[in-house]
Amino acid sequence: MLRSVLSLSIVALCLLSARPGAAEPQVTTFTLENGLRGVVIEDHRAPVATHMLWYRVGGADEPPGETGVAHYLEHLLFKGTEKYPEGAFTRIVAENGGQQNAFTSSDYTGYFQRVAVDRLELMMELEADRMTGILLTDEDAALERNVVMEERNSRIDNEPGGRFREQLNRALFLNHPYGAPLIGWRSEIMALGRENALSFYRRFYSPDNATLVVAGDVDPAEVEAMARRRYGPIPASGAHPEERPQEPPHVAARRVEMEDPRVAQPYMMRFYLAPSVRTGAPGEGAALTVLASVLGGSGVTSRLGQRLQVETQTALGASAFYRGVQRDDTIFGVYAAPVDGVTLAEIEAVVDTVIAEFIKTGPTEEELARAKTVIIAAEIFAQDSQQSLANAYGAALSSGLTLEQIQGWTDRVEAVTAEDVRKAAEAYLKPERSATGWLQKPAPVVEAENQTDDDAEEGPKG
Amino acid sequence: MSGQMRKVSTAFAALTLLVLISVATQARAVSAEIIQAVSPDGVAFWLVQEPSIPIVSVEIGFRGGASVEPEGREGVVNLLSGMLDEGAGDLDAAAFSRRRDELAARYGFSSGRDAFNVSAAMLSRNLDESVELLRLALTEPRFDDTPLARVKAQVVAGLRRREIDPGDVAGDLWSSNAFPGTAYGRNPDGTIESVSALSADDLRAIMPKALNPASAYVGIVGDIDVDAAGALVDRLMGGLPSSEPETFDPLEVKAPASLEVVRMEVPQSVALFGHEGILRSDPDFIPAYVMNYTLGGGGFTSRLFDNVREKEGLAYSVGAYLSPRDRAGLYIGQVASSNDRIARAIELIRAEWTRMAEEGVTPEELEAAKKYLTGAYALRFDSNAKIAGALVGVQMEDLGVNYIRDRNSLVEAVTIEDIKRVAKRLLKPEALHIVVVGDPEGLEAAN
Repeated sequence: MLRSVLSLSIVALCLLSARPGAAEPQVTTFTLENGLRGVVIEDHRAPVATHMLWYRVGGADEPPGETGVAHYLEHLLFKGTEKYPEGAFTRIVAENGGQQNAFTSSDYTGYFQRVAVDRLELMMELEADRMTGILLTDEDAALERNVVMEERNSRIDNEPGGRFREQLNRALFLNHPYGAPLIGWRSEIMALGRENALSFYRRFYSPDNATLVVAGDVDPAEVEAMARRRYGPIPASGAHPEERPQEPPHVAARRVEMEDPRVAQPYMMRFYLAPSVRTGAPGEGAALTVLASVLGGSGVTSRLGQRLQVETQTALGASAFYRGVQRDDTIFGVYAAPVDGVTLAEIEAVVDTVIAEFIKTGPTEEELARAKTVIIAAEIFAQDSQQSLANAYGAALSSGLTLEQIQGWTDRVEAVTAEDVRKAAEAYLKPERSATGWLQKPAPVVEAENQTDDDAEEGPKG
Repeated sequence: MSGQMRKVSTAFAALTLLVLISVATQARAVSAEIIQAVSPDGVAFWLVQEPSIPIVSVEIGFRGGASVEPEGREGVVNLLSGMLDEGAGDLDAAAFSRRRDELAARYGFSSGRDAFNVSAAMLSRNLDESVELLRLALTEPRFDDTPLARVKAQVVAGLRRREIDPGDVAGDLWSSNAFPGTAYGRNPDGTIESVSALSADDLRAIMPKALNPASAYVGIVGDIDVDAAGALVDRLMGGLPSSEPETFDPLEVKAPASLEVVRMEVPQSVALFGHEGILRSDPDFIPAYVMNYTLGGGGFTSRLFDNVREKEGLAYSVGAYLSPRDRAGLYIGQVASSNDRIARAIELIRAEWTRMAEEGVTPEELEAAKKYLTGAYALRFDSNAKIAGALVGVQMEDLGVNYIRDRNSLVEAVTIEDIKRVAKRLLKPEALHIVVVGDPEGLEAAN
């Protein structure tokens, strides 16, 4: 979707380093005098380039009470500057056969264009101009706030699952701003205006807070020279996002139960607080990645799939996921949707049993090997798309990983042992580190004559 | 049950591989050559060699899709797409999945109103084994009871979700109003009732129709030479029984000139609007495509985007597009706005529809459209998987192997008079059929 928020999606971790022997993407880096970091990924298959500028600032860096301002600002960056006024940016990109968009996450905000390679410097010119030059009227700001509200309607409020996952996410994080919705709480979006956006912009949009990623049919030295011409003159700000408030020890399991008549398929979802690749001890992120694959990665062969979908036939679907590329402690999640006639309590009990058993035994050698094969092959398949390559490098670097960590990823995964995976499960899949959510329809209204005292005590439902 | 599919394609004697045409495409689009070839067994395929990454992508399109379904078996082709990787040959569902993961192969099966598609991405280092597993899925799927029950339940769950999703409800109602009583009037995934009743025998019965090599189109891109590609095609297709391809009659678009409201308690209404469009084979298709870039197709730059989103902030997404299906063409669009603003959004869309019909585009707009469309065409060819998809798409639309080379000249040749003519021919603001799902204010069903 246009100018989108990266939703809380279930994404496989892909850090992009090829296994020895496979063709590796040619990656070159540089840093300009003003602190702008550059990454060039060569892909000479087609005469096109992907140009991305990533700011190391996102939803988790918003001032209290201003949730959504990072994403709102992302929208406003399309409004124009003195040099390229209203609509000029969009028009110039389109007239040069370019496609463009932008995205916001908790840790970063990114802007990109895909163009014929001979238009690359023009894209740098435009992107550098709006790093410091946007002009905003109150009217623009008010209008765009309505657009963001419609985006929130589409993504969150029109669908029970959107509101449910927003609540579950808030329940997991006791203190860290990752708990707030990226798009913003409705009431706080309503209160955003020109000044909130500009203050965030002036504080964080600067070359020393940004990473330039260029992928395509390019020469790294030429890209660096272009970047120096276009981005080089912008002074560093010296202001960086502050450390975010971190999580206190989690000592109590949390539960979120939501009922909505529009739920078509009930499901349970549990989020555990887990270290990210950046915050974990060396190898822990790789072990958690393998854990997600073995526990709930590939349909019916995973532990959850085998038990819930094949043996007990209690689930329509079951999976596990890990959002490893995050600056701070992150989410390891499990999900299960019961078949008709099975309750959420029943399916949660099966999930709990699978996890408890896994913590005792860990993965088999066969499971371990298969998971590694799939994770490592993903790095090879990713090379087919220059945009995915650019995305993976941009996201990892903007989340605080180093180039060495990115390029050593395959070795990290290879080195994971069965005991590493078991230990990661034991350490992090603990009830007190979790928030468990149930989403379902309200129970059918009970006829008055059948109502017992117990029912009455539960209070009105539906 | 395996063993029911027999190798039939002996009509084509094993020829030596014949390379018919080799076209160097325009540098701005695909820099590689498209090799148009025929396998030893006589199956035509298109190949682009790309040795720089150790992957082979294969795309197969079978014409037909949900259109081959007999009455009462709606959704069987979609169910087939969900069952091919749930066990084949000696491998049950779990064993198949484990084997696929060991090979790190990726297989995708999907079906729509007009086609069934197979997409595979395989590693060069174990290509033979990966092709063999895909062959097994295509020719000897098992359809065991346990996975069949599970996949049916998943499809049914998806159909239930459609019933509460405003966009899906709007789409389904729009289609059934436009094509009453025909294959295009139904959701290609079937209905809860029809899918619940489907059996393994139904899947077996539909296979020769849904996966008929005589209506298949093949594109291969990657680290493979033409001989190996020919052998690959024969291995995949050799076990599929071939028969005379089914033909499908054109369908009339009967969407009424009306606005229909479906009440649903959601904060935002979704509106689907449109009327008859144009077939891909129509000589006016390219002018119509260029015209629609300005009206509703051009992302951030279309008139609909500019008026509905940029000027009034009424929506996050709004757009319109030509939908040229095999049996009918549609011109449709969608917008989502808060219940109190959807009426205004629809009013603006109608006004733009009218303005384009009456005035066409300005010379500046035409120039901008051409610059974007010709410049961005290369972006459709920047990955092996995209190229493989394009190779099949061009074959299925019967555009000819030179199309990728010539396409930008076709766009360049469009004149302002062409646009005026097709705008007048296609755009019928008074004929728009609009379905609104939500709790809209100030909109009542009207004929």
